[in-house]
Amino acid sequence: MSQSELTMSTGHEVLMESSPYGMEKKKLGMWIFIVSDACTFATFLFGYGYMRVGSQNWGTPFEFSSILNGIIMTFVLLSSSLSMLAAVRATQAGQKASANKWLGLTMLLGTVFAILHLREWFKMIGEGWRLFYNPLGGAAQFGACFFSVTGLHLTHVISGVIALAFIARGYNQGRYDSSHVETAGLYWHFVDLVWMFVFPLMYLMNAAR
Amino acid sequence: MPGKVFAVVVVIITLAIGYCVVAHVWWMPVDISVHGPNIDHQIEETVFGAGILFIAGQLVLAAFSFLYGDSKGARKMKSFPGGAKPLIIFAFVVVGIEILVLSFVGSKAWGSVYFTPPDPNSVRVDVQAGQFAFYFRYPGSDGKFGPLHPELINEGSQNFFGLDTDHDADSKDDIVTAELAIPVNKPVLLTLHSKDMGHSFDVRELRVQQDFVPGIVIPIHFTATQTGKFEIVCTQLCGLGHYNMKAYLEVMSQPDFDNWVKQQAAMQ
Amino acid sequence: MHDMTAHAAAHHAPPQGFIRKYVFSVDHKVIGIQYTALGLVSAFIGMALSWAMRIHLAWPTASIPFLGTLSPNGAPGGVPTPEYYLSLMTMHGTIMAFFLLTAAPMAGFGNFMLPIHVGAADMAFPRLNMASFWVTFVGFVLACATFFIPDGPPLSGWTAYAPLSAVGAVAGPGQGWGQNLWGLSIALFCVASLLGALNFIVTTIDLRTKGMTLSRLPLATWAWFINAWVSLLAFAVLLPTCLLLVLDRLGGTSFFIPGGLVINDKMLPHSGGSPLLFQHLFWFFGHPEVYIIILPAFGIVAHVMPTFTRKPLVGGWKVITYAMAAIGGLSFVVWGHHMFVSGMSPYMAMVFSVPTLIITIPSVIAVLVFAFSLYGANMRFTTPMLFCLGFISLFISGGIGGFFLAQPAVDSYLHATSFVVGHFHFTMGLSAVFAAFAGFYYWFPKMWGRMMNETLGKIHFWLSFVLVYCVFMTLHLMGLTGSVRRYSQFVADFMVPLTPTNRFITIAALLLGATQFIFFYNVIWSRFKGPKAADNPWQATTLEWDTTSPPPFDNFGGRQMTVYHGPMEYDGDAFVMQTSTEKSIAGT
Repeated sequence: MSQSELTMSTGHEVLMESSPYGMEKKKLGMWIFIVSDACTFATFLFGYGYMRVGSQNWGTPFEFSSILNGIIMTFVLLSSSLSMLAAVRATQAGQKASANKWLGLTMLLGTVFAILHLREWFKMIGEGWRLFYNPLGGAAQFGACFFSVTGLHLTHVISGVIALAFIARGYNQGRYDSSHVETAGLYWHFVDLVWMFVFPLMYLMNAAR
Repeated sequence: MPGKVFAVVVVIITLAIGYCVVAHVWWMPVDISVHGPNIDHQIEETVFGAGILFIAGQLVLAAFSFLYGDSKGARKMKSFPGGAKPLIIFAFVVVGIEILVLSFVGSKAWGSVYFTPPDPNSVRVDVQAGQFAFYFRYPGSDGKFGPLHPELINEGSQNFFGLDTDHDADSKDDIVTAELAIPVNKPVLLTLHSKDMGHSFDVRELRVQQDFVPGIVIPIHFTATQTGKFEIVCTQLCGLGHYNMKAYLEVMSQPDFDNWVKQQAAMQ
Repeated sequence: MHDMTAHAAAHHAPPQGFIRKYVFSVDHKVIGIQYTALGLVSAFIGMALSWAMRIHLAWPTASIPFLGTLSPNGAPGGVPTPEYYLSLMTMHGTIMAFFLLTAAPMAGFGNFMLPIHVGAADMAFPRLNMASFWVTFVGFVLACATFFIPDGPPLSGWTAYAPLSAVGAVAGPGQGWGQNLWGLSIALFCVASLLGALNFIVTTIDLRTKGMTLSRLPLATWAWFINAWVSLLAFAVLLPTCLLLVLDRLGGTSFFIPGGLVINDKMLPHSGGSPLLFQHLFWFFGHPEVYIIILPAFGIVAHVMPTFTRKPLVGGWKVITYAMAAIGGLSFVVWGHHMFVSGMSPYMAMVFSVPTLIITIPSVIAVLVFAFSLYGANMRFTTPMLFCLGFISLFISGGIGGFFLAQPAVDSYLHATSFVVGHFHFTMGLSAVFAAFAGFYYWFPKMWGRMMNETLGKIHFWLSFVLVYCVFMTLHLMGLTGSVRRYSQFVADFMVPLTPTNRFITIAALLLGATQFIFFYNVIWSRFKGPKAADNPWQATTLEWDTTSPPPFDNFGGRQMTVYHGPMEYDGDAFVMQTSTEKSIAGT
């Protein structure tokens, strides 16, 4: 589910006074989505753990260059969280120009992350890694786990960038306000947080020794 | 009126079910294993405990709909005296005690099957399940099972287990059969493995049911106490021939069993 | 302020045109009716499939009408082959469990009633709501489409255990594209359920009207709210499980397929996966799923019953709500009881057995609350009330089976017998269906503005109630002999003598099915010819009875509802609506 779907609600609630119990429903909806999505990621990571524990010849293929790439990716994604924060602040203060700058930077950093990640993927595919094949001769599950877990995360990053683009456009046209940007920010920080699990589990634990 | 009718219908249904259970209209077959009485005892205990709850529950429902079903607003409304508190206490205490009893006694029955180590002198049989048949392997005179090579499995040449009799010395005298024969009153250790799907090894009379899980070997052990011929059926959905996947278990006296093994060895 | 309201009202006038109004509608009431209709269609298909199975079991050579036309390969001359029997069984389970039992009581009635119960004009995210239904619908179409592809529907059961479901077409007919479509269908159903759950939660938290505190929520809404949380966590696990299954099937991975498997003398290229991983993931979803099915049933009964007993439930809203919440929470730690004989560590079996037995405590409390709420009542024997009583009786009977199956030692004998079939049909099947019937007869006047025929409703109840016991209690009892489930024919030596029992069950099941036509007839007749319903025909208190039948587009005609009372203000013929400013009359 993309961000834009969540914010598309028309809601005829304007007919009535807003609920006395209300927090902003978009924000609440995003929190609930995050709870659910966290379960989905947890399932993938549980499957990875199960495969890894159950295997006798689990490979640890990541050389220093891959780890370095991963560290750079982590840095980029963490920075994008900061710039997202700045974008939210700017929209709340009504500084349109500044908000656009920060939103742009966030999308740029997200794109850089995706490019770095895809570069890593293509490098591995070039080396012969497949969903069902391990060129180093270890457990074939490695490719399956790596590509599915990071693939799910990458899908989240890319859809996040696209959603941010929609939000930024709506914000500039005056259709969306700071609450939309803030809700998108929640999603973005969540994707960032997930990476803080994926990076150590997928990369650091599989660093070549 | 409908309240009384409902009460009567519920009572009739309860009595009918109670009769079927007490009169054993449908019941477990005779037990032929050493651990079986534990399981039977556990089942009977549960029939008793849960049966009382069942009858009590249905009768309370029937009584209330009988008593409070028909008046046309003439009677003053009453609340259950004490409110929900006695109900909650009842649930925690009575059901709690039942849970504790069943768990303790039940763990003994379960433990008698799974937490006891197999006898080192057990008769060992290797069992392989595949779509849609069971095959059994006895170690032969050397007492050792040869290694398995799944890539060699070939139904046409009757190599059901994937044995390499040309290269593996231990495999040469392994005896493969389509029927499971075991001696009576001797501990038996089966090692269950599957060549394709999930299957299950179920002999009702033995009170043994254990799934085959592809990729792992599952040991199960028991001692049969009566001779006779019993049915082994597959109880885990394994594909189109599932309903017809069965084999026979023959429990024999020791001399009969020794003869049977000799005969089978000669036929290999 | 006035300007804004008028402006908003003009802006949000009901949509015009058939498509916007009835097909791609964002109105929660239309979506609720769409889900309910989908549930009815699913019920009919699922029932027809069960007839075919029952006839084949009792008379293995009998030709079943229409089946030969539907699938000349699967049922040549109308006699199902063993593999087609398993396909029928798989689709019966899939359609009934997902598209009827999960969808109708929660997404059907819930969508229609929840916003009205809390005094809102619509769900929190109406377009998302529309998306939920249409995604569910596509999932349903894909599931049904498996009947029309060359190798037919999958045969691996609704549990789709790997490796049977994971290795592809070599595993048998239907395990090719049939199983792929099935996986896709269920994945879509998961997405739709997740969106729906999100919507339910946000609506309940956020859109409650003035005075609608949590303690004043109608109990059906409480159940839907708790259930939405359970769905949110459970379907979030089934979705990736389906994805991993599809990856195994189409991407060549081996999450659930171990090495060294040989089918038709050919070794599969997979290695290293674990069928037990699939079972763990599936049942981590699967056990909460049975509570996802039964919790709305609890809620509906708790909502409907006080209207006809004319008194509040024992313990007020708290006891039943806490019991439902406890059941929902515990449902996540008991999944292993499906795997006692599956090769899981026997120590884990003990670990899973204890919470499974503990979950009976809140269940018993819920049943006691329902039963003892009848004490001292002046019951009004309407059809919905009868179905509530039937629900209590069925749930007691089904729950008793739980004591047996929760214990590994007993389960090792009863596992995979028809005892299990009887047990889950009683608890999550027929109990939920009876509660759904109670809800249907109760809310029909509100949903369509006409009353249902009471006489037909009562005939429907009495026949169903007795026949349900004939079918499913007999299955329980037959299971004590060890009679194995999921067999297309009774060819095992010990099962052949059970044939007369089997025929008895089949005849009862056919009659039970025929009885449902009384219901279908009643629905259609009442929809067009039934007497017009008043706004509050049952003299009930909750907000849905505070508006017209059926409610207007914005539910309350622009009125701002203010709530002063809980939902169970009954004392005999006297009652106080939730919005009334009169004094409270109900002593809890």
